[in-house]
Amino acid sequence: MDETVFKKEEQQYVKLPHFGIPKLIPYLKPLRKVIWSMVALSLLGGLIDTVMPLFQQYALNHFVQLSALDTLLPFILSYVAVLLTQTIGNLISAYQGGVIEMSVDRDMRRAAFDHLQTLSFSYFNQNSVGYIHSRVVSDTERIGSLVSWSLMDGVWNITYIIGALVIMFLLNWKMGLLVLILVPLTAIALGYFQGRLVRLNRRVREINSQITSGFNEGIIGAKTTKTLVAEERMDQDFRSTSREMTRAAVKTGHFRSLFASTISFASYITLALVLWRGGHITVSGLMELGTLAAFTAYALNLMEPLQWVVRALSDLITVQVNIERFTRLMETESDVSDRPEVIERYGDTFHPKKENWEELYGDVEFRDVSFMYPDGHEYVLEHFNLKIPQGTNVAVVGETGAGKSTLVNLVCRFFEPSAGQILIDGKDVRERSQLWLHSNIGYVLQTPHLFSGTIKENLLYGKPDATMREIEAAVKAVSADGIIARMEKGYDSDVGEGGDLLSTGEKQLLSFARAILSDPRIFVLDEATSSIDTVTEKLIQDAIEHLMKGRTSFVVAHRLSTIRQADLILVVRDGKIIEQGTHSELMKRRGYYYALYTRQFTEELMNSGAV
Amino acid sequence: MLLHFLQGCKSYFACTLLASFFVTRLEMLIPQVIRQTVDAVIGSGELNAPEPVRRWFFSAGGAAFFRNNLWAIALIILVMAFFLMVLIYLRGLASSLFAEKLKQKMREDLFYHIQRLPYAWHQENNTGDIIQRCTSDVERVRTFVSEQMISIVRIVIMVIMSLAFMFMMNPRLTLIAAIAAPIVVAYSVVFYGKIRSRFEVCDENEGILSTIVQENLTGVRVVRAFGREEFERERFEKQNTYYTGLWIHLIKLLSAFWSVSDFISGLQILLVLVLGSLFCVRGELTAGEYIAFISYNGMLIWPVRFLGRVISEMSKAGVSIDRIRYIMNSEPEHDCPDPVSREQTEQAAHGDIVFDHVSFAYENGKDILKDVSFKVKAGTTLGILGSTGSGKTTLMHLLNRLYELPPGNGSITLGGVNIADMRAQDLRNCIGMVLQEPFLFSRTIGENISIRNHSLPIDEIRRAAGIACVDESITEFKEGYDTMVGERGVTLSGGQKQRVAIARMLTQKSPIMVFDDSLSAVDSETDAKIRQQLHQSLGQSTVILISHRITTLMQADYILVLDKGQIIEEGTPKELESKGGMYRQIYDIQLGYAEI
Repeated sequence: MDETVFKKEEQQYVKLPHFGIPKLIPYLKPLRKVIWSMVALSLLGGLIDTVMPLFQQYALNHFVQLSALDTLLPFILSYVAVLLTQTIGNLISAYQGGVIEMSVDRDMRRAAFDHLQTLSFSYFNQNSVGYIHSRVVSDTERIGSLVSWSLMDGVWNITYIIGALVIMFLLNWKMGLLVLILVPLTAIALGYFQGRLVRLNRRVREINSQITSGFNEGIIGAKTTKTLVAEERMDQDFRSTSREMTRAAVKTGHFRSLFASTISFASYITLALVLWRGGHITVSGLMELGTLAAFTAYALNLMEPLQWVVRALSDLITVQVNIERFTRLMETESDVSDRPEVIERYGDTFHPKKENWEELYGDVEFRDVSFMYPDGHEYVLEHFNLKIPQGTNVAVVGETGAGKSTLVNLVCRFFEPSAGQILIDGKDVRERSQLWLHSNIGYVLQTPHLFSGTIKENLLYGKPDATMREIEAAVKAVSADGIIARMEKGYDSDVGEGGDLLSTGEKQLLSFARAILSDPRIFVLDEATSSIDTVTEKLIQDAIEHLMKGRTSFVVAHRLSTIRQADLILVVRDGKIIEQGTHSELMKRRGYYYALYTRQFTEELMNSGAV
Repeated sequence: MLLHFLQGCKSYFACTLLASFFVTRLEMLIPQVIRQTVDAVIGSGELNAPEPVRRWFFSAGGAAFFRNNLWAIALIILVMAFFLMVLIYLRGLASSLFAEKLKQKMREDLFYHIQRLPYAWHQENNTGDIIQRCTSDVERVRTFVSEQMISIVRIVIMVIMSLAFMFMMNPRLTLIAAIAAPIVVAYSVVFYGKIRSRFEVCDENEGILSTIVQENLTGVRVVRAFGREEFERERFEKQNTYYTGLWIHLIKLLSAFWSVSDFISGLQILLVLVLGSLFCVRGELTAGEYIAFISYNGMLIWPVRFLGRVISEMSKAGVSIDRIRYIMNSEPEHDCPDPVSREQTEQAAHGDIVFDHVSFAYENGKDILKDVSFKVKAGTTLGILGSTGSGKTTLMHLLNRLYELPPGNGSITLGGVNIADMRAQDLRNCIGMVLQEPFLFSRTIGENISIRNHSLPIDEIRRAAGIACVDESITEFKEGYDTMVGERGVTLSGGQKQRVAIARMLTQKSPIMVFDDSLSAVDSETDAKIRQQLHQSLGQSTVILISHRITTLMQADYILVLDKGQIIEEGTPKELESKGGMYRQIYDIQLGYAEI
């Protein structure tokens, strides 16, 4: 999925049945006790808030009006008691809110992460890393905050509003009725502003991402801008986005201010009504002064909680998108999955039954294989047949983007053929588990991927129980011992995020060592030797030869000089295999391989300075 | 530097403060109205107000009138509320205008400045980091100025006014009420100061968690190929649980803090309630004053709690200001004090290009060019052959002054004028350059081609695209020349990009044109076609061709072979063919005369 779709999705309105809450039940269920308790405490909190002005009423009516201080001590004690209850209630409910938020986050993240471990490659090819990443990280976060804080705010403030209205009715029903009319009117006005605000905020975020890409372009494109002397133009364009941003943001500010001033005005209208009618009743002696004061306090404080309720409701609506996207991820099914009887025998992704695993010998056969990528429109392989006996070294060559990785993807069962079979040791790969196959494959990528952590941790990735002696042997086999010696902390040196503290060549050598340590029966090198300097390349060349001895191997190569010795070379163009044979056979043909080879040979000749 | 950015939005700042002042003033006045109503209208007390108000009160009919016409009081409140509403709106609008104008100025100045920083600066600095400074740090400074600074001023106004009103009614009770304020401020400053490091730890761990997900997704092939899903899950789960635990602990602290400060505030309110009652009983306070006092007390205690938090968060802004200052203080590109005129530069560009004993090394780098001298006669074509790192691209960087040749390292002249004496922009205007990995801006293809001159008519654009053999592919797109490129649109292939870049350069109509390996991604047939069309349209231009393809270079009038920063062979194509050096070897291989 590309960025455009991604961005469009951010702006969608999604409507799910019952606000998508049923989809969240599995994550809420284990927390139901805490959630109920938080809801109960929020109810209590809202109630106490409604009761508080009554103390003022009592003080006025009793102490001030009647000058009677007889009940002062019980008054103080009961105030402190209520205050303490409120404090403790707040303490617990705020803590519980945090626990709910974080636990829901955690559980949803875990579920998403685990599910991703079982999805097939077609999912990863169709969705960008950034897209999937924000499903795991941001969507869960927003849902967590909805079921904790928005829920709490909603319950608390609804309780307060209802409580305040009830007390007002009890104190004086006529005036209560008067105030009651204002509440729905204000709520509608607030709902309108909130709706506008949500939309405006989306717009601001959208322009904001344009500003970021503006900066990005201004910096990455600096060389081009300078050579074209297009600085003025870039400035102008950036400025117009920038101005648009200011306009949208100020408009948001305008609505936010309208929102705030409406609340204030509504509060004072209530106050004015209370003073007018309430004052009247008080003057005629039907109501005490303290009661009037309590009324004014309720009137002034009624509208702000309303704002919170409106906000909580709008959260519920905006989070629908996140719930929907999260659910979609969880409901995506892998198009490569093991059959129940295979799982029965060999175990699943997280619980392998290694005792039932057979040895892998290394014969590979493509039998009448046709294949089309799930997001593709045409077959890249049609009725393809190829027998690869154990120990054969197969090379796949072609230009960048020609589809060289297809065969490898099929052998590794990252994809399954649309028709036909792939046999390993004479048995269809689907008859054994993915994990069994993968545990027997050594895989080295074009862009070597290391994980944050130490060198040792990375080397152990393929074989966690390897001894130090084995590690050293593997490192030596690919001549990576020099790297270790150079590092300050040797094997315990940190490689940085994605291995960034090392050079590409170093990363490549270490990923070779990692592969050799896992002692696989089938070896796959996917463009593993591109973009490195000649000295390192020589080292790697030696390493590869060492690695491939006695194993079935697939080398996807961009640099042709590295695969001249291969037992079989497959030449790919536009996704299809157009030539196959050994190096000398293909050179004699003077076809596509020959053209590719001569072109690269010249460049390499110059680069190596061999002339 | 902050003052520099504040220029032009100071008036909004003043408006915000002014509106804030009046909002607070009005908010303070309303409890007074209630108080007088309670005391002098509903009750039978004295009207305790300034002279003009008293006079108005009595002329309207005194307490008796208002007692029978309470709607008048309601009306007064409504009028005040109306003004308050307008003022609150104005305050909000002014503060968002202030904030947005400030941010606008910051980002536009930064963008302008970054565009004019030397290319070397761009090479040295990490793109992600610079973007971070231009976005997150700018946002943080904005928050500081437009929210925190304004909040503080507002809170201070509010506290002072509340205290003043309270003081006027009853000084002793005011002093007692005010005691809580410094306690609450100190408590929250200390608390937020202490807890900040915990927030940082949480952020850090969130980063680690995010990295684990990121690495798992980018390394999905490695994970699968080694069958390490279980391990990944454990690693993720460990961090997931740890991070969650950190936050829960932090929330525990936060909720303790909130409740304790709520409790202190609650006690303070109790104190005022009880003591106020006592004062009333003793006759030192009227009922109306009591009600007003409690309202003011509410306006005092809540903002004070907020103050502690704002103060503790302010220090973050200092770091951001420094990070922005780093960019603004970087030295932009500059020309010599007394450059030659634009016309002179244009004229000079029609002359010979001469590199005279040029040596150059990048900062901290090795010698990349060693004593290179050559001359390109006006209107001729020079071919350059060389491996990666041989220095051919550096030659071009020096020619259009993306890097400045330091004095004493030889000279580069156009038509006899040293390029150091020209204005860099004039010079670059005269040199059309197509890079090997061309950068297209994320706008339409048409806009990309006409980037330097957006009034360029469409047939000019199409003519240039036609020469670059890309017109056909462009018209095949559904939206033709209006097709967006890049992030928000179609992805062009390497060859298409290169050809669009050539078309873009052609619209520049410059006397010197440089093709830096710029047809490498185009197949050889199209390459030949483009070269032939270029040849016809170039006219009098001087051309420099950098290429690996012998067939391309054969068209040059003169060829340089570059290796490790030195010229190792030079001559006409014919001369080099007969020489038997590197050129000849490559010639044989590429044209199929040699056995490999």
